[in-house]
Amino acid sequence: MRGSFLVSCLIALLLAMPALAQGFAGLGNDTTGFEKPVPGKGLVFPQDLGAHPKFRTEWWYVTANLTDESGAAYGVQWTLFRQAGAPDDARPGWANANVWMGHAAVTSATDHLFAETLARGGIGQAGVTADPFRAWIDDWVFDGAKLVASGPGFRYAFNLKADGPLVPQGDNGFSQKSDDGRASYYFSQPFYRIDGVLTLRGKEIKVSGLAWMDREWSTQYLAASQKGWDWFSLHFSSGEKLMLFRMRDASAPDFRAGTWIAADGAPQKLGRDDITLTPLAETKVAGRTLPTRWRLQVKSRGLDVETIPVNAASFMATSIPYWEGPITVQGSHTGKGYLEMTGY
Amino acid sequence: MTVAAPALQAPEAASAAQKLLRVSRLTKTYETPQGRIPVLRGVDLALARGESMALMGESGSGKSTLLHLVGGLDAADSGEIVIDGVEVTKLSDGGRAELRRETLAVVFQQFNLIPSLTIRANVAFQARLAGRFDAAWTDELIRRLGLEKLLERYPEQLSGGQQQRAAIGRALAVRPRLLLADEPTGNLDEATADEFMALALDVVAATGCGFLMVTHSERLAAKLQQRVRLSSGVIDAP
Amino acid sequence: MKLILWTLAALLSHWRHRPGNFLALFVGLAIATALWTGVQALNAQARKSYDRAASVFTGGGAQTLAPASGGAIPQELFVKLRLAGWKVSPVLEATILIRGVPYQLLGVEPLTLPRGVAVGAPAAASGLGAFLTPPGQTLASPEVLRDLGAAEGERIALDNSGKILPPIQANPDAPAGMLTVDIGVAQDLLGRNGQISRLILEKPPGPEAPSLDSLAGAALRLAPPGEEEADLKRLTESFHLNLTAFGLLAFLVGLFIVHAAFGLAFEQRLGMIRTLRAVGVSTRALAAALLGEVVLLALIAGSVGVFGGFRLAAALLPNVAASLDALYGARVAGGLTLDPTWIASGLGIALVGALVAAAGGLTKALRLPVLASAQPFAWRDAQQRFLWRRALLALAAFAAALAAYAWGQNLYSGFAALAGLLLGGALLLPVLLTGALRLGEASAGGPLQNWFWADSRQQLPALSLALTALLLAFATNVGVGGMVEGFRHTFVGWLDGRLAAEVYLEATGTDEAKRIESWLSTRPDVQAVLPGASAMVRLSGWPTGVIGMADHQTYRDRFPMLEQTPDAWDEMKRGNGVLVSEQLARRLNFSLGATLEIPTPRGNWRTKIVGVFPDYGNPKGQLRVDIDALTNHWPDAPRTSFGLRVAPQEAPRVIAALQSQFGAKIARITDQANIRKISTRIFEHTFAVTAALNTLTLVVSAIALLASLTTLGDMRLTQVAPVWASGVSRRHLAQLEFLRILMLTAATAIVALPLGLALAWCLVAVVNVQAFGWRLPYQMFPWQWAEILALALLTAALAALPPLLRFVRTTPAQLARIFANER
Repeated sequence: MRGSFLVSCLIALLLAMPALAQGFAGLGNDTTGFEKPVPGKGLVFPQDLGAHPKFRTEWWYVTANLTDESGAAYGVQWTLFRQAGAPDDARPGWANANVWMGHAAVTSATDHLFAETLARGGIGQAGVTADPFRAWIDDWVFDGAKLVASGPGFRYAFNLKADGPLVPQGDNGFSQKSDDGRASYYFSQPFYRIDGVLTLRGKEIKVSGLAWMDREWSTQYLAASQKGWDWFSLHFSSGEKLMLFRMRDASAPDFRAGTWIAADGAPQKLGRDDITLTPLAETKVAGRTLPTRWRLQVKSRGLDVETIPVNAASFMATSIPYWEGPITVQGSHTGKGYLEMTGY
Repeated sequence: MTVAAPALQAPEAASAAQKLLRVSRLTKTYETPQGRIPVLRGVDLALARGESMALMGESGSGKSTLLHLVGGLDAADSGEIVIDGVEVTKLSDGGRAELRRETLAVVFQQFNLIPSLTIRANVAFQARLAGRFDAAWTDELIRRLGLEKLLERYPEQLSGGQQQRAAIGRALAVRPRLLLADEPTGNLDEATADEFMALALDVVAATGCGFLMVTHSERLAAKLQQRVRLSSGVIDAP
Repeated sequence: MKLILWTLAALLSHWRHRPGNFLALFVGLAIATALWTGVQALNAQARKSYDRAASVFTGGGAQTLAPASGGAIPQELFVKLRLAGWKVSPVLEATILIRGVPYQLLGVEPLTLPRGVAVGAPAAASGLGAFLTPPGQTLASPEVLRDLGAAEGERIALDNSGKILPPIQANPDAPAGMLTVDIGVAQDLLGRNGQISRLILEKPPGPEAPSLDSLAGAALRLAPPGEEEADLKRLTESFHLNLTAFGLLAFLVGLFIVHAAFGLAFEQRLGMIRTLRAVGVSTRALAAALLGEVVLLALIAGSVGVFGGFRLAAALLPNVAASLDALYGARVAGGLTLDPTWIASGLGIALVGALVAAAGGLTKALRLPVLASAQPFAWRDAQQRFLWRRALLALAAFAAALAAYAWGQNLYSGFAALAGLLLGGALLLPVLLTGALRLGEASAGGPLQNWFWADSRQQLPALSLALTALLLAFATNVGVGGMVEGFRHTFVGWLDGRLAAEVYLEATGTDEAKRIESWLSTRPDVQAVLPGASAMVRLSGWPTGVIGMADHQTYRDRFPMLEQTPDAWDEMKRGNGVLVSEQLARRLNFSLGATLEIPTPRGNWRTKIVGVFPDYGNPKGQLRVDIDALTNHWPDAPRTSFGLRVAPQEAPRVIAALQSQFGAKIARITDQANIRKISTRIFEHTFAVTAALNTLTLVVSAIALLASLTTLGDMRLTQVAPVWASGVSRRHLAQLEFLRILMLTAATAIVALPLGLALAWCLVAVVNVQAFGWRLPYQMFPWQWAEILALALLTAALAALPPLLRFVRTTPAQLARIFANER
């Protein structure tokens, strides 16, 4: 689902950051020559962990819900985007048309620190290899066992261990984004256990918890009328997982979709009418008003929960602004997870 | 002492009846921003060698203009000026300069002397220019005009009367055939003016040249042989 | 108050009748102000640009990492640093030639460039995408576009490689004189793939990041913030002092005009002032009105002057910028903006100048008794005393100049000596001219000749200010012209010796260099390979390059030296001897045979100074040592540059062969002719501004002469009229008047010649040495004097022509009326 997010990046870039926006737009407007996701193709590992230069955009997205020894909650984000100016460009050097962007963030009840870094493809400053898997930009690394990043006022180095299988989203990895058939390839690893040291404003904190990795790649996602979205990834105490999203459309009904993931990793696709998302309370942050408390209902699963943000001000004031932060879940099911909201 | 040079007496003797200066039907109009102002409207005049004449008239009657035309300082519009057989009105600018240098001498009301030269150099200037410098005659003039003690001074170091005396000296040193004077005493007080006139007439008589003087003063005019009055650009009937 | 205003109105009415005099005053003041503010504006602009240049990369406290011993940084090191958490951004810089004009090519990487960095210009409206996606963009200031005569979107070819820049885009934020492209484009254009000139460090990483040494060894040096700026300011200081001095000179010449015009105006208005006093205007009211008049004129003319100065500065800026760039590598932005501070300073200097120029007239007017007798002023005696006084003052000025030279040891004392010389010359001129005219008068044959000389002498006081201005202009022209010409001669000869090799190349790395060297040794058309290596040190804080040279007959034969010990080259070969540049020797007081300790990575290296060589145009110090000794003391110094001796006609073929054989392994390659071209161009820019100000001084003095002659016009008529009445035609008189001006000008020029030669000597032996650190041989150029004399006469003729034409056009009636009361 986070494909929507990247398109939102493009839109936001166009609207908010003329310079960078036109840059990305210049790289991204033309889809000629790029491959497009097709249903029924399936996923191939370990290749699909790596980069897909024949597609225009993709990302490696890790979010983690952590607690320290006193039980205080923290959230951590690690993201690497790739955007291509030309299809299948593997040229070395500056001529390479791929641009990489990294976002990292740390959230506590009282703090939300984040960082952004950019790199050109072709020179080795950023990239992803599939086997052995390793994604990096500058000194930020995610390789399935380690998660490292730093920014102004924060720094983290965690160990990861996956307790379950990779989970394809949508129809065996083909994830539809709109009624007119725009889609991406999408799979997740929601079963990471994570621990390590988080340095926040000079203070070292030992933390541990759960992490969720999303992998998604595509070329073209959204209709122009789709303005933004609300996306949830939830870990329930039962060991089950849930991914939900709602695409807000200006001229059509919302597009809703999701996946219920059993504790053993078996996915079940959720239909549009099975899902209800209701904003409950709003927060004013960075000059915008966003719904930060939600009621989520999944009829077929008897789910009726409320989500509460760890820090309602989890706003990423990066060159592409959005809200991304840890939440706790109460109601018919309990647990924790991450909420992402764009286009507000 | 006889001061007239024989060379100058010869033509006079040959044609005593011939007039030194003859002006006929002379006209002059000035272009001004206010329009054309006719200054002289047909002036006739004659002066014989050795004669003196006062040219009188109201301010603006054209008497200075007439003198300037006669003196070759300016060119007439029509009419004729003949000096010593030379038709002045037909001369070019250069010819008029030669006439001024060789035949005439002018004394003005002011600015007669060259400020950068000493009185000695000033007195000799025109004579030297004309190539007719006569040291004995110049010394004689200097003595008669009482300039001996002023010779090394510069014009601005002299009083008005002294300056005009030096001007007469410069004018006569050249032995002109016709001496013209334009209000030469205009800036002098009465006593100085009288003294100046006496001196001037004395040396004029000694050279035997013609003398035409523009003046306002009846008193001074009376000292000359003839008087004509100019009004509205023509000579009044006597 | 009303009284003062009426008085002021009466005083001002004078100017309506004397438009020529007013014009002289107005133009003089405006020009003086213009020259002053123009130079101030240039200096201010340059200083602002240094600050901006310094903050281009280091804005917001960013630092730079530079190669510790010159050469390039490999791109892998950049990536290595990034991966270790060092937030660095790569920059590749080089000078390129476009149609023979050098420009700075700047390759940047916009994604890693720290925010707020001024070259982050791609982040402006034109868009990052267009900058990064082929064909990319070349960003340049609008001035650069104008200089190139390029339209937006045009693609411009580089002179040497013929490679084509990406479409050019005007960007007002782009640094002056720079062409900014993507770093990949820059590497490609320069044939320097994988190379970086320096790294911009936004801020040092946290303590957990690996240290710079552990990552880069000793290859990189962290330049403290402001180091470059401080160097730039220090290096350019003397250039600006030079500019200021010339501005001041021009200002003074302008003030001469103002002084003359005011003096005349007061003189002419003495009658009016007496009348005003007589009708009951108090001294105080009169003083207020006179002051008010001066202030009013100063403000009006000053405003015009400030505007003129702005235009002047804008016109000169490209040359100043080119000079600064060529001499110091300091880049000056092209866009001049009106700055309120120098508008104020311009008006202020106009006011002060006007008050100083009017002071004499003012006091005279105020002291004037109401009932002055009409006694003519005994000016002839006064003039005599005045001349004596001036002669004495002139001697005092010359003595002061001598003292400044003898006891002064800096640029200021150099300029003081110059000022003393010029002042003395200015004071002495009327004395000398009066003497010459007296001689002429004494030897005059006829009355007209006699009058000619006497009258010239009488006119002298009125003309002397203008003639003095001319004198100063000619003298500076002779002096500066001589210096520049001398430099040209010396420079060309020096360049011939210095550019001993026919081909120069630099390899991208030591291994490449070794391969290139062994390949070259097999080529029969290469007579000799002269390897070079370099390092940077600071000697007493002065940035100094250390260049390693191979021992070779070429150098022994041709390397230009000022002085050397007999065994200099042998001592050098043994690693004991060092050659120091003239600048360094002068700056740090090094003498032949002295011991010099050079700080090296292996501790201090004790050497003996065995030679001093000229190093014209280099703002930094330079040491020359044996190349093996250098690599011993600086093990990391890349031994990557070579000079090749080949037959001159073979040079292009050797270069082509090297390029096809080694391609990107060669960082730079060029032939002697190209270096010579660039160097000569640098030379030409260096003195372009000096020459421009020089010419302006001449123009100002011509205006002074014109103004004086015009104001004299009416007075002149009464002086000439009696001569005319005595039978000299107007044409003849006009010819004499013309001849007089030419004669006075020629006489002034003759006085100016020795003064100019003294000036040239002072510039060469004192000012240049202090300002640039090198001394030129003093040479004389008689044909140049003839040229300046001809120029002087032409100037005078042009200045004399308008009043003369007016005289010729004066009708006899007008002349005749002078004598009459009925005017």
